[in-house]
Amino acid sequence: MSSLPSSKQISNLDGKAQKLFDLSYDATNQCVQCGYCLPACPTYESMGKESASPRGRINLVKMAAEGKIDIQQDLAEPIDLCLGCRACEVACPVGVPYGHILESAKEVIAEKQAEEKQFPFGDKVKSILLSSVFPYPKRLRFVGNLTRFYQSSRLNKVIRKGKIIDKISEPMAQMEKILPLLEAPAKRNKWGTTIPAKGETKASVAFFAGCIMDAMMYRTNRLTIELLTSIGCEVIIPKTQNCCGALHAHQGMMKQAKEMAKRNIEAFERSGADYYINNAGGCGAMLREYDHLLVDDASWYERAKEFVNKSRDISEMLVQYGPLPFKKEWQGMITYQDSCHLRNVQGVHQEPRLLLKSIPGATFIEMEGSDRCCASGGIYNLLHFEESMKILDAKMENVKKTKAATIVTANPGCLLQMRLGTERQGTSDQVQTLHLVEVLAEACELQ
Amino acid sequence: MEKHVLEEIKQIVSEERIFLNLAERYSYSYDASFGEYLPEIAVQPISAEEISQLVKLANKYRIPVYPRGAATSLSGGPLPVKGGMVLDMTRLNKKLVIDRENLLAIVSPGVITADIHKKAEEAGLFYPPDPSSSNVSTIGGNLLENSSGPKGLKYGTTKEYVIGLEVVTPTGEIIHTGGKTVKNVTGYDLTRLIVGSEGTLGIVTEAILRLIPKPQARKTLLASFDRLVDSGHAITHILSAGVLPSAMELMDNACIRAVENFSPSGLPLDAEALIIVEVDGHPTALKEEIKRCESICLQAGATNVRVAQNEEERMSIWKARKMVSPAITQIGPTKISEDATVPRSQIPAMMERLKEIRETYQLNLVVFGHAGDGNLHPNIITDKRNIEEMKRVEDAVSEIFEAAVSLGGTLSGEHGIGTLKAPYMEMELGKDGLMMMKKIKEAWDPHNILNPGKIFPEHGQTKVVLTS
Ligand SMILES: Cc1cc2nc3c(=O)[nH]c(=O)nc-3n(C[C@H](O)[C@H](O)[C@H](O)COP(=O)(O)OP(=O)(O)OC[C@H]3O[C@@H](n4cnc5c(N)ncnc54)[C@H](O)[C@@H]3O)c2cc1C
Ligand code: SF4
Ligand code: SF4
Repeated sequence: MSSLPSSKQISNLDGKAQKLFDLSYDATNQCVQCGYCLPACPTYESMGKESASPRGRINLVKMAAEGKIDIQQDLAEPIDLCLGCRACEVACPVGVPYGHILESAKEVIAEKQAEEKQFPFGDKVKSILLSSVFPYPKRLRFVGNLTRFYQSSRLNKVIRKGKIIDKISEPMAQMEKILPLLEAPAKRNKWGTTIPAKGETKASVAFFAGCIMDAMMYRTNRLTIELLTSIGCEVIIPKTQNCCGALHAHQGMMKQAKEMAKRNIEAFERSGADYYINNAGGCGAMLREYDHLLVDDASWYERAKEFVNKSRDISEMLVQYGPLPFKKEWQGMITYQDSCHLRNVQGVHQEPRLLLKSIPGATFIEMEGSDRCCASGGIYNLLHFEESMKILDAKMENVKKTKAATIVTANPGCLLQMRLGTERQGTSDQVQTLHLVEVLAEACELQ
Repeated sequence: MEKHVLEEIKQIVSEERIFLNLAERYSYSYDASFGEYLPEIAVQPISAEEISQLVKLANKYRIPVYPRGAATSLSGGPLPVKGGMVLDMTRLNKKLVIDRENLLAIVSPGVITADIHKKAEEAGLFYPPDPSSSNVSTIGGNLLENSSGPKGLKYGTTKEYVIGLEVVTPTGEIIHTGGKTVKNVTGYDLTRLIVGSEGTLGIVTEAILRLIPKPQARKTLLASFDRLVDSGHAITHILSAGVLPSAMELMDNACIRAVENFSPSGLPLDAEALIIVEVDGHPTALKEEIKRCESICLQAGATNVRVAQNEEERMSIWKARKMVSPAITQIGPTKISEDATVPRSQIPAMMERLKEIRETYQLNLVVFGHAGDGNLHPNIITDKRNIEEMKRVEDAVSEIFEAAVSLGGTLSGEHGIGTLKAPYMEMELGKDGLMMMKKIKEAWDPHNILNPGKIFPEHGQTKVVLTS
């Protein structure tokens, strides 16, 4: 194909449109507009218009790259309303790299917004969180500890009763109800330590703690480590690891995301472990795409590829090195809600189901649409509360039909979202929402 | 769009179903074929009444109206080539009723085809038309393109299953055609006129479809041939032996290699052609029939025949066929899909002509399709940004149509005329034939409001133009 037009043939592109063109134009042209992705897209289903579909979004990125529409005025909103669940990528028969197109668009939109200093209020909060809290594990742990204090004191009841928070803002109020109970700081494993395997050592693994998991769901992290040691894995917690960078990449802050990736690669290489284990679908997806992220960086690309090769979700590891030492019978029915990033990006959907089915006494029931996004989408549910709740409420109807008493997820965002779903449905006292690891640990009588 | 017109539209349709901003309008500017046209406005009606009022308004202000289903058309059917108003029909999708007693389905036009398949199947019934896009396409789009798939060979195309319609005419009246009876000779058969009219004669707002009992079982085989002509003979011999397969599909060597490259399925890379034959019906009769097909293939020179022994093997045979479309797009970003159709007996001759065209124009021309009914899919894989190559594609496309028509065939077996084949209409129909169709259009749609720019060539247009 010798006479492809170079970008120069599209005249009058401004700097950002040119950048978008360079980053994504070829990828958008892979789309043959067949529409096969439409039925897979949760936002197309809930909003019912082409611009909220994958085919529509890809076309709009192409239009922006051609300079036909404005990045800020026309492209930003439809892109912002995408959940990033990437179900479209799995459905696409020709393998259009939607994730790449999305992230390119977000990057250019973010730059343009910074340039024009047009930060709507929500974006300001987002930006402060992303640049001043998530990159620093200590700060996040501090937030976590604060939350714990708030929950264990009687303060939360007072605030809930008085509906003070409800009055401030609906989304924040609903979120407040679903925050997980935190463990006392004393129970935490220190970063930099190595926890020996129980019995014979079959493999050495390095554990990725994840910023949100580590701050707010530390118990799940601790139980993950205990499950790993119980099947013969020695667990190292690399000291200098940091946030995976997913939240940044999803908000278009690519430079920061790349820096974080490099720091993580270094930290895990130093551990010398056979596998790098994580327990959050969203982080795992990011970790497993470090090679794409660093593809233009010759000195890092090979290291990133090696990192990706060694990365595993906890469920894959437990299936590979299991069986788990189950100790007690499970009561009641269990259903599983896929984490999109675990399923669509990492291709892991069998393992969690296999593990749940292997629990003695458990009845596993598949939920209709379990493979469809719950619309937590990172912080989508905070930024687009109404759109998100529309999708969630529809999902909760499916949950109801399963009659399950336990909803299992494999990602903190999904977990909080599903818990929110039960709150909204008024079933939170009958239906518990747990991380896969929590369920398995309980069946193994790990506390 | 003028302000007062817009105000009137807002009186008809609530505002959240009216799209005016640039991003939304660009989202209704394309389909799965070629070209990009920006409408002035897009509207999502949810009832026949709304559509009737919108069409009346469009007549008053002479606004072109473009009905659009899922926009999977391969011929430019829903493209708003003259701007105006796109009617996105996907929200008119609430009704899907299966009437078991009368073997009918009553559906809204925005219902997804596969949902009808599913619902019918749940009731032990069968809606045969099976375009491969059925998971996405709307039944409205299927009706207006008269779509079909592999099963067309035995069961016919969409039009065989439509017995009644509710239609908003191009002047905005709501009419009913046909009814709930399979037999109906009262007056002109307007149902059949509307079906396949590509949205130029009316907007379908409800349809009554005929269902049939579900076949009890099916059997499938895959045969490979070293010579293309042999596969052609196998196909004609099976049909003349009195077996009517439910599907008979053909793939040429370029397709085989594309599929193997895309998703290895163990197909013979050196075979010049593959055919898939499926028979359905009563289990005991099937055993006989598939055996007959097998031996006919071998007699015709098949180098290998594989009969699926179970459902899993059957699915794997069909997977190879389903992979063709995605696999060939890996060869290049732009796919020009044609569906010129010839009488069955001319399949070998058509294949020969296609081979010559490929060589003359040096293009990636691959051929697959529903060989049993002569409906071939020559696809040219190219890159629309390569202007020089696109010029050659234009010439090759013209020659494909000429070949089909000269062999007694037709421009399109199932994808429709739209914008892409309009220039060739006179070649197939003759001046007078085309004129009769035009008169019908003019009588129904005096102001040329509904889907203008389709089917009929623009003045002086004799050839497809793919370069701008
Ligand atoms: C990958 C792929 C595979 C395909 N395979 C096949 C196949 O095997 N067989 C086949 O026949 N086709 C096939 N097609 C073509 C296409 O899917 C069909 O033509 C389908 O019927 C179009 O349906 P749609 O809902 O997308 O309609 P659209 O493309 O949106 O519209 C099609 C036409 O119908 C009109 N229209 C839509 N709804 C209405 C309505 N309610 N009232 C009036 N007019 C209306 C439009 O104006 C347009 O002219 C394929 C397409 C793709 C992309
Ligand atoms: S990522 Fe999810 S929400 Fe976004 S376009 Fe794809 S399927 Fe739709
Ligand atoms: S992204 Fe893939 S599935 Fe969706 S329209 Fe484009 S080519 Fe088709």
